[in-house]
Amino acid sequence: MEKIKKTNIIWDKKDLLGLEELSAGEIELILKTAISFKEISERSIKKVPALRGKTIAHLFLEPSTRTRISFELAAKRLSADTIGISGSGSSILKGETMRDTAQNIEAMKVDMIILRHSASGSAHILAKNLKAGVINAGDGCHEHPTQALLDMFTIKEKLGAIKGKKVSIIGDIKHSRVARSNIIGLCKLGAEVTVCAPKTLMPIEIEKMGCKRTYSLEEAMRSADVINVLRLQKERQKKGLLPTIREYIEEYGVTLQKVEKFCKKNIVIMHPGPINRGIEMSQDVADSDKAVILEQVTNGIAIRMAVMFLLSQYKQK
Amino acid sequence: MEKKQEILDKEQMKRALTRIAHEILEKNKDENLLCLVGIKYRGMYLANRLAKEIKTITGKDPQLGALDITLYRDDLTQVAEQPVVHATEIDFDINGKIVILVDDVLFTGRTVRCAIDELIDFGRPKNIQLAVLVDRGHRELPIRPDFVGKNVPTALSEKVDVLVKEADGEDRVYKIES
Repeated sequence: MEKIKKTNIIWDKKDLLGLEELSAGEIELILKTAISFKEISERSIKKVPALRGKTIAHLFLEPSTRTRISFELAAKRLSADTIGISGSGSSILKGETMRDTAQNIEAMKVDMIILRHSASGSAHILAKNLKAGVINAGDGCHEHPTQALLDMFTIKEKLGAIKGKKVSIIGDIKHSRVARSNIIGLCKLGAEVTVCAPKTLMPIEIEKMGCKRTYSLEEAMRSADVINVLRLQKERQKKGLLPTIREYIEEYGVTLQKVEKFCKKNIVIMHPGPINRGIEMSQDVADSDKAVILEQVTNGIAIRMAVMFLLSQYKQK
Repeated sequence: MEKKQEILDKEQMKRALTRIAHEILEKNKDENLLCLVGIKYRGMYLANRLAKEIKTITGKDPQLGALDITLYRDDLTQVAEQPVVHATEIDFDINGKIVILVDDVLFTGRTVRCAIDELIDFGRPKNIQLAVLVDRGHRELPIRPDFVGKNVPTALSEKVDVLVKEADGEDRVYKIES
């Protein structure tokens, strides 16, 4: 059995806005705390009283299934009360600003707000204006910290460590908040990150984030321990950045044939969901035993429970 | 000035645990139902040792688990220091079992309350009994131990420190006056 481990890292943040604001130690604290929360979802009574009496509002102003349900389940398994607000069906349609909506929610004594919004930086604005804790559940093309944390948790679970591992992120890097958060978090914990995309979907100066770039899928797959395949965001492709979807599938679609030809035998294949089967990833890869996509979803709840628990421990100075 | 007074040494600690193991078996005739659950961390180490003692008597390993009660604390929002959450490990079915909760020191009884609450989230044991190495008094809840290594009268200002080899390098129990 494990020995008593002393942690000196103290959580002293009101919000989780992105991995950019966190130190390596704080990221490790979240990952470590999540291990303890994973077991709770395996119990017959999936509930602990840690956040009893707290209220958490889920303000989701952009479509989402996985993330919204995952956050709601995480809050409920911690015994918090939850309310869900979506863009349609709320006063946002009447022209109320996000900030006003959030301040009204806070006036009803809500302790934490989970925000999903299509504008980059929206969680930061909210956090600055509210006393309640704010968790960024994805803001535009900026960050999606809990997704990156659950990806890192899954890597650690599968490979035992993150430091020194080679992770290739493949797909629409330019529009992907998942990619940004993953690059930041993985680099902080000492992984070697390579990003792979067609030229038009590759941000300029991406190397400044500490990763390598390649335009060749083969190269990205060759030495990788993990490949994280991003969803081709069809809703963002109207700008004409890709000639045709078919050409993308040809060059960058991950198929079982390519995996068997280029990848290590024990490659770990991840996808943040939702999958466009047959576009960025073929059917047989998504359903293969190398893919850990559903384990990522399971781990997501543990990560979000850990983050909510840590934020609830924040003490106003 | 801190004053340390030894309450149990290594030998006495071992004898107390051996006695508790016998008492557990005397009280619970059906050893097949018996399982031990330690409260992290020192209770977990003591539960491991009790399990070994029971094995030398019956020849059978009782089932063994460990609880982390952090998420069940009633003072989560008040504690000054930041609590660290560890994992609870109970990988067997506790329904219908006799669960012996094991902790190092019994004081206010609040930890045991948390442990009972958490245990019940895992199922419905036949009964739950409590074994502690030291009972220092000052209960704040109606909780009493079934098996006690040593009763130690203390003042509220005093501290009882249980050291175990697995975590602290030696087996010893101190009372500390500050």
